[in-house]
Order: sequence, then structure tokens, then C-alpha cells
Amino acid sequence: MTFRRNYLLSFVAIVASIVVFVVPFAFIVLTAVKDQQQASLLDFSWPRHWQLVQNFVDVVQARDYMVIIAFINSTILTVVSVAIMVILGSMVAFVLQRRKSRWTGLVNFLVLSGLIIPPAVVPTIWVLQKLGLFSTMPGLILVEAAFGMSFCILLFRAFIATIPRELDEAAIIDGAGPMRLFFRVILPLLRSVIVTVVVVQSVTVFNDFTYPLYFLPGDQNATVQLTLYNFSSQFGTEYNLLFMNILLITIPPLIMFLFFNRRIVAGMTAGAIKG
Amino acid sequence: MATTTVDRTARTRNDASVAARKRAKSPYSNWFYLPAAIIYGVLFAVPTLTSFYFSLTRWSVFDSKFIGLQNYVTFFQEPGLVSGLWHTLLYGVVTSGLKVVLGMLLAVLLTSQIVARGYLRSVVFFPVLVSTIGVGLMFTVLMNPERGLINQSLSIFGITGPGWLTDPHLALFSVALVDVWKGVGLATLIYIAGIVSIPQEYFEAARMDGASSWNTFRSIIIPLARPATVTVIILSLIGGLRSFDLIWSMTRGGPGFTSDVIASVIYKQYQAGFYGLSTAGNVILFVLVTAIVLPLSRFLNRKEVEL
Repeated sequence: MTFRRNYLLSFVAIVASIVVFVVPFAFIVLTAVKDQQQASLLDFSWPRHWQLVQNFVDVVQARDYMVIIAFINSTILTVVSVAIMVILGSMVAFVLQRRKSRWTGLVNFLVLSGLIIPPAVVPTIWVLQKLGLFSTMPGLILVEAAFGMSFCILLFRAFIATIPRELDEAAIIDGAGPMRLFFRVILPLLRSVIVTVVVVQSVTVFNDFTYPLYFLPGDQNATVQLTLYNFSSQFGTEYNLLFMNILLITIPPLIMFLFFNRRIVAGMTAGAIKG
Repeated sequence: MATTTVDRTARTRNDASVAARKRAKSPYSNWFYLPAAIIYGVLFAVPTLTSFYFSLTRWSVFDSKFIGLQNYVTFFQEPGLVSGLWHTLLYGVVTSGLKVVLGMLLAVLLTSQIVARGYLRSVVFFPVLVSTIGVGLMFTVLMNPERGLINQSLSIFGITGPGWLTDPHLALFSVALVDVWKGVGLATLIYIAGIVSIPQEYFEAARMDGASSWNTFRSIIIPLARPATVTVIILSLIGGLRSFDLIWSMTRGGPGFTSDVIASVIYKQYQAGFYGLSTAGNVILFVLVTAIVLPLSRFLNRKEVEL
């Protein structure tokens, strides 16, 4: 009895999941390989002509290889800002977890504020302009790092709490200073949580649309999300190219998902429950 | 709860011994805060603090002039802007409520004995990782009133589907539904973590007492998964109230102002060059988010302790 009900339930769940979640993604793939005429019908059908390569080349060549430039930009943005977040965030989390001082309360408050408060965009632009960083890649990198820092600190702090203090003391007795202690002893132990933070934050930064829109205007240094958005207005009728672009942008998160599924899940739930 | 208190006493004891031994110089240097503090302070704290001043100015590309509360008056007198406030609230509450209900149900389903559990978990979670703009553009196409896949499928069953994104009464809800589609995976994941951490003894005891699965769900899962519920509510409210990219990629606040939220108002005013008004919108959003999230999280967490 229970068995049969479970099979029935499983069947319903699988069918529902296909309709709700698989069909939209299949729709992206199918539309991306159709020719323009068939794609404009917007229906869910098998492509008459497979134009995978042709559409790919068209998208890549559009507007002077804009997509390639955007992918390079997005990669630089993601790698550098996540690297900054990881190193500086783990340093903060280390001291925050280990040492109670008069700063602890303030730092905790700022970390939580960073999670809750929506960034004030125009004043941020004003600050960036004063620094000469507005509409430059370094500016956007620092902005992403600043906005993502809180989440990293929370994850790192929770993990550092599980590392025994005796380890620190042993290192100190062996003559390690604060820098050596952190970078040679503690940081290597954080490997698993670093993987989590890197994966989760890379996906977040890579998929971010709002901050590049505000802080990195202009076509020449657009990120992939901006290019996709601009595509949608430019290629209003060429749905095959639009969906090819969506497909391309979905690939990096998909790779992350296939390789790091467990890490992502661990990071998102851990971070969420602590936050 | 118990473990954290044990941790804390252990930590204070350790603190005391370390402090006694190395009173002069801590191995945990406060300088470690500095680099992060500079980036955070300059690019987050300073803009947030100065936004209160700038929201009181008429601010253009060239200069800013103090005009008192004029921006706020403008904001609350313009029907298009005030409605943005309501839409933000509505959007936050609808998405957060649906994510709680659906996330909970999906998590119960995905922790039960069911075939293809791994596949189902992956497929529910994957949209969380996909670009919001991509999802928005895809659903704009799927929700096309005449040719879109959704209305085409409905017409097979003889239902004339509505203009999801063109009907002024529906546009905001359609976007909210897509937000739930994309975000429910995270809620499910949090609930799964919450349900898995419930000790098995409770379920065994319930089975001994002959509890039906509905009773188990009502009297065990719902109360004991409460921390997960709190997390899902808070997280999705923060996300929902600040939401911008999905709305912008699907409707740009249209038709008319019927799906405008504060975040899109901020962007529109910024584009139009009304920096002061845009910043005022930002301050209003800041006040709205903190005024809802802080008391709510305090309230929900207090209940948790009483339990």
C-alpha cells in the first residue's frame, strides 16, 4: 500500500517537475538551435534545421565580438572580486571569531548591516567618481567585493569556530606572528569552506546585473548580463540568437553546478541558517 | 542552542587564559580588519550614510543644493511613485509567502521515500543558479499573450490564458510567480536541511502513537522546522523587497507603473537625472527593509526560544 502510493506520488512529482522545470530549459536549448523563422513562432517544437554552429557564430560575431569581450570582462570581475572577498573576508572572520575586543560588537553590526541594507546606488557612484573609479573595472570589482563581504565573513566565522584554539597556541609557541599564524596555519585549514564561498560568490557575481548596470555603464566594458540585456532590445525579433545568448550565459553556472553541487548546497544552507 | 552556549563558555575560558598569558600583544591582530574595513567603509558605509544627506538635496550631475524634505514630498505626492511602495510590499509578501509554503511542501516531498529524489532535488534547485536576466527574458517569451508557450498550452484545454505581462492587474503577480519559480529551490534546500536535522525519535514516536502523515506534518515537521521557516521568510523578504533585475528584465515597471517597485523607481529616477529623488527612494527602501526585517526577525526568533 505505502509502496504503491509512493510510486504514484513519484510519478506525479516527476511529471510535474518536467513540465515546470525541464520544459523551460529544453525550450531555451531548442530555440537556440532553430533558424530565425521557426524561432519566431515561439512554439515548443523540434528544430527543422539545426543551426547550432551558425547561431553560435552569429551571436559571437554580433557587434564586433561583444560577447567574447563581455565574457572576458565577467571572468576578470568574478575572479578578482571573489579573490578579494575570500582573503579579506577570512581575515576579518578569523580575528572576529578569536578575539573579543571593543571592535567585535561594531564589526558584527556592520556585517549584519551589509546583509540587510540595500546599497545606496547614486551616493556610491558619487564616491567612485571622487576616487576616479566610476565606470572602470577596478571600481566595479571593489564594489562587488564590498557588497559580498558580509556573506563571506559569516560563512568563514562559523567554520573557524570549529578549528581548535590549541592549534593557534601551538603555532604561537613555535614563534609564529599574526601573519604567519593566519596565512600558514589557519588559511590552509579553511580549504573546504573556501571552495564553498568561491563557488557561491562566483555564481552570484557572474549573474549580477544591477551593479554592472549602475557602476559600469557603456558598451565597451559590458559584462555578460548587460550584453544579454542589450541583446534583448537589439535583437527583438531574432529569438534564436537571443536564446543562444541565454544558453551561453547558463553554461558557466551549469558547470559549477555539475562539479560543485554538494558544496553549493552546503554553502547556501549554512550561510542562510547562520544569517 | 545547547551547543552554542557550551561553545561560548569554552571560548570565554580560553579568552581569559590567553589574555592572561599574552596580555601585552594579541596574536589576533586588529589590523586584520583594516583592508576589509577600508573597502567596506568607503564603498558601502560612506554611501549609506551620505545618502541621508543627498536625499535632502536637489542633485544633478554638476552640483547638489539642500532643499529639505522636498524629495520625499514629491515622492509621496506622485501616484506613480507611491504605488511603487505598495508594489514592493506586495511583491515581497507574495514571493516570501509562496516560497515558504511551496518550499516546505517540496522539502517534505523530497525527504520522503520517493523515486528519483536526487534528480528532483537538482532540477528544483538549478534555477537558483541561472542568470536572473536570462530567466526573465525566457519567461517574457513563454508568457507572450498570443504565441507564448503557456497560453498555447492552456488553449489546448480550452482556456484562454490572460496577458500575463500586459494585463495591468496581473503583471506584478506574473513577475512574482517567476521569482518564486527561480527562488523556491533555495527555500526547499533550507527546509530540507531543517527537516533532516529533526531527530528521528520524534518520527518513530509518532508512528508508535499511530499518527497519520498529516498529523506528523502538522505536529512535528511544522514546529520543529521553525528555524528554517524563519530563515526562509527573512531571506526571501530581504531579496523580494530589494528585487530589481527580474522586474526590469520582464516589464520595466510596466504596463504604465503597474509593476514598478522602489528599486525600479530608483533606477528610473537615476536615468532621468533626478539623483536626489533617486537617493530619497533609496532611503525609503532602506527604511522599509529595516523596519520590516528587523522587528520581524526579533519576533520570530523570540518565539523560537520560548518553544
